[in-house]
Amino acid sequence: MGNNGARSTEGRVVGAALPRIDGYAKVTGAALFADDMAFPRMLFGRLLRSPHAHARILSIDYEKALRLPGVVAIATGRDLPVRYGILPSTQDETVFAIEKVRYVGEPVAGIVAEDERTAQRAAALIEVRYEALPSVMSIDDALRDLTENGEKIHPESRKSNNVHKDVHLTFGDIEAGFADADRVFDDEYFFEGNTHAALEEHSAVAICGADGKLTLWSSTQTPHYLHRVAAAVLEMPASRIRIIAPPIGGGFGGKTEPVAHELAAAYFARATGRPVKFTLTREEIFYTHRGRHPVRIHLQTGVKNDGTITACRLQTWLDGGAFGSYGVATTYYTGALLPVTYKMGAYAFDGCRVYTNKPPCGPKRGHGTTQPRYAFESQLDDIANALGLDAGAYRAAIAVVPYSRTINHLRVTSCGIREALSAVAERTDYGAKHGKLAPGRGIGLAASAYLCGAGLPIYWNPMPHSGAVVKVDRGGGVTVFCGTSDCGQGSQNMLAAIVAETLGVDILDVSVCAGDTDLTPVDLGSYSSRVTFMAGNAARSAALEVRERIAAAAAAELGIAPERCAFASGRIFDRDEPDRALAFVDAARAAEARCGTLVGVGSYTPPADLHGDFKGSGVGPSPAYSYSACVAEVEVDFETGEVRVDRIVLAHDCGRALNPSIVEGQIEGSAYMGMGEALMEESAFRDDLHRIPNLLDYKTPTMLDTPSIEAIVIETEELEGPYGAKEAGEGPLNPVIPAIANAVADAIGARIFATPIVPERVLQALDGTTGPLRLRAPVAARTA
Amino acid sequence: MSAAPSKMLATLNVNGRDVTLAFLPHATLLEVLREELRLTGTKHGCELGQCGACTVLVDGAPVLSCLTLAADTIDRPITSVEGIAVADALHPVQRAFLDLGAAQCGYCTPGFIVAAVHLLERTTSPSETEIREALAGHLCRCTGYTKIVEAVALAGQRMRATTHG
Repeated sequence: MGNNGARSTEGRVVGAALPRIDGYAKVTGAALFADDMAFPRMLFGRLLRSPHAHARILSIDYEKALRLPGVVAIATGRDLPVRYGILPSTQDETVFAIEKVRYVGEPVAGIVAEDERTAQRAAALIEVRYEALPSVMSIDDALRDLTENGEKIHPESRKSNNVHKDVHLTFGDIEAGFADADRVFDDEYFFEGNTHAALEEHSAVAICGADGKLTLWSSTQTPHYLHRVAAAVLEMPASRIRIIAPPIGGGFGGKTEPVAHELAAAYFARATGRPVKFTLTREEIFYTHRGRHPVRIHLQTGVKNDGTITACRLQTWLDGGAFGSYGVATTYYTGALLPVTYKMGAYAFDGCRVYTNKPPCGPKRGHGTTQPRYAFESQLDDIANALGLDAGAYRAAIAVVPYSRTINHLRVTSCGIREALSAVAERTDYGAKHGKLAPGRGIGLAASAYLCGAGLPIYWNPMPHSGAVVKVDRGGGVTVFCGTSDCGQGSQNMLAAIVAETLGVDILDVSVCAGDTDLTPVDLGSYSSRVTFMAGNAARSAALEVRERIAAAAAAELGIAPERCAFASGRIFDRDEPDRALAFVDAARAAEARCGTLVGVGSYTPPADLHGDFKGSGVGPSPAYSYSACVAEVEVDFETGEVRVDRIVLAHDCGRALNPSIVEGQIEGSAYMGMGEALMEESAFRDDLHRIPNLLDYKTPTMLDTPSIEAIVIETEELEGPYGAKEAGEGPLNPVIPAIANAVADAIGARIFATPIVPERVLQALDGTTGPLRLRAPVAARTA
Repeated sequence: MSAAPSKMLATLNVNGRDVTLAFLPHATLLEVLREELRLTGTKHGCELGQCGACTVLVDGAPVLSCLTLAADTIDRPITSVEGIAVADALHPVQRAFLDLGAAQCGYCTPGFIVAAVHLLERTTSPSETEIREALAGHLCRCTGYTKIVEAVALAGQRMRATTHG
């Protein structure tokens, strides 16, 4: 593996596989995560959670619990009545349930005590009387009309059933497109829900000073959104609240919206005047969830005999769980990005998200685009097989081209999908193997596209999406301040690399102050793969502003024009006569003497022309798209139905790789996580209960299940990205699941229309029986 | 309700030093390390023995500190990630994790590092299969394990070069 294409990186930071600056603290155990913090007189919190999926709360009596020695305070819904939600259109949650509970595990009360065990014992002493209501545990249940009989999960909803959001979009003449097709492929798929299972258990620590100023450390990917919601829920001015995101022990989207324990920590710190810590148990994290939505997918694609797509109609039904979360955006995302990968003559999309009495679903790596991508790439494979086309060459032929508009009006800039497709096909000899391997062995290919940040903010505002400040100290040290939160993807290192490269200093001379709403300009957060592109551009602008001032001062000292100043290796020198030079620190001092305090500011706002003008056009636009292609090779055991992945080769167009080692790490991690979703990970329920809320039964791949992953970095020059960079954090996950599904289809000669591809489904497909989710016969069989 | 049990006084040998402290008889080694000794390098991902994040060495062998009673480790040397680096020099395993980017979020890293140190103490030239088998009890959600396996192999290679070269 490794970065393809040798490049001289001597003296350079961008493009070099340097160790990450936060790596030192992480390999020594010195990195302080939220739960690692402790303060004198700190209290420990626990949440009492609902044992019912759907019930009315008749009464809560916590007098006995409050009398337990060591218990300091207890709160319930009436203490924190303000409704909130990550999207302005879905303010449907409260910190503790009021009147009703809507899923098993929903917080009902909070307790703080001198120690965690006491808080836990007190929780058991709280008496809650419930009146159970019928629960809604499936998409079909949720679609049922309740006008005559039955209670909606959210009674205030204007719908007559448990539908949360309905969207309908059409681009081009869809009927004419289908009429023009030689063949129409029509399939239903089901993508099972799954969860992030980041290894760090969510934790929040809060302190409220006598001055009324509240500080909250939380393992959050979105400190800015937590800031806004905390101010609203605590009914405090945001100016008195400081949110700090320490290093995050993995996020994958699971820490992108404010949840109960963070707000409870803040509330109790204010109520008691003492530091308060809430750390969730692993079981509680399965209830907090906000994971991948289960999605039922109906996909109809009309093609000419050469494979040209004349029309595509996608219908999705998302099982949203009990609350809105990011669900409106998720719903749109199930439709928004299919046309970003391939050209189509016409496109129609209908999405429907329903409420059920399960833990709320939200965004997970690939947010809403992963499920339809699985379906589309599966169907494309069946189309290629039916038409006798090579799956890789076929995709390349119908792929979008650089600098174009998609059928749904999205602006495409750089696009390395063809390079990615040929890289994986060549590396694996795909064409020679597909359809020709021994029974039980298969090879599959798929491609995909993803955002480099959402083009529009979650709450409408005209301000930048990302801001940065760069300060240069008289000792030559540089600090970059930016509101980003590092969940392991390397955003701290990215900021340092861009600033170090721009100023020509060693990356270890750059300190990063991030994710602190008192100290850092706003960055909207680590979601939608936006940080490198947006915060990177802001940091680059800020560094350039400082650089300009240093160049002017250095030019005066060196007696040359400022344009001739070059910055590298801690020096500023004359481009034409490199021996005429000044140390960076001396130039910085000269600049401070000339212009005063040496600080540069930068901000990034996406261009305004990224999308069309229709309702729903706000989800999908991005300043750039990354492209990925994946080949997987599998072995299927006909006796047990087990699938073993022998090889994953994944090529990803990340624009320019700022740090190839970190890009490879993102690709490898995506391949692994996609493999888990393809084969084993599922948020499964038995009646009203989460069946497997622990890391043993919620199967994730271990080292022994995971093959060595071959990452191929495809570099394109993205003109609007910082140093040409795009994203690598989420996009590479998307092709993995269909690549594995296609490899399994190749291995067993039948299509499985649902994830995860567990042994039961494989055996079902092998003996020809039709499972409940296999709604149609395989395409190959129908067209034979 | 029965009275809370009282704390016991004991001496533990942690990272080469004896420390005398009081803890509850049912306290886990994880709780004592993190909460009493403030050695927060040792992490918890489940507290049920399912993820490997809390691994430390006891008598030189990896144990899950969340399933080990602190009381059972009296008179047995305990090594946490804080005891792996020698003075301010990184252990070859730590250096290799750093050089290859085998730590992303870094939360599972301390557990992997102490287990890899134990593996390389037995053999500095483990096969890929041996590495994967030795570390299979550790979950990592970020890396896909690829760079972790490479880092352990690289550390072994560097340790061999130092010993023989």
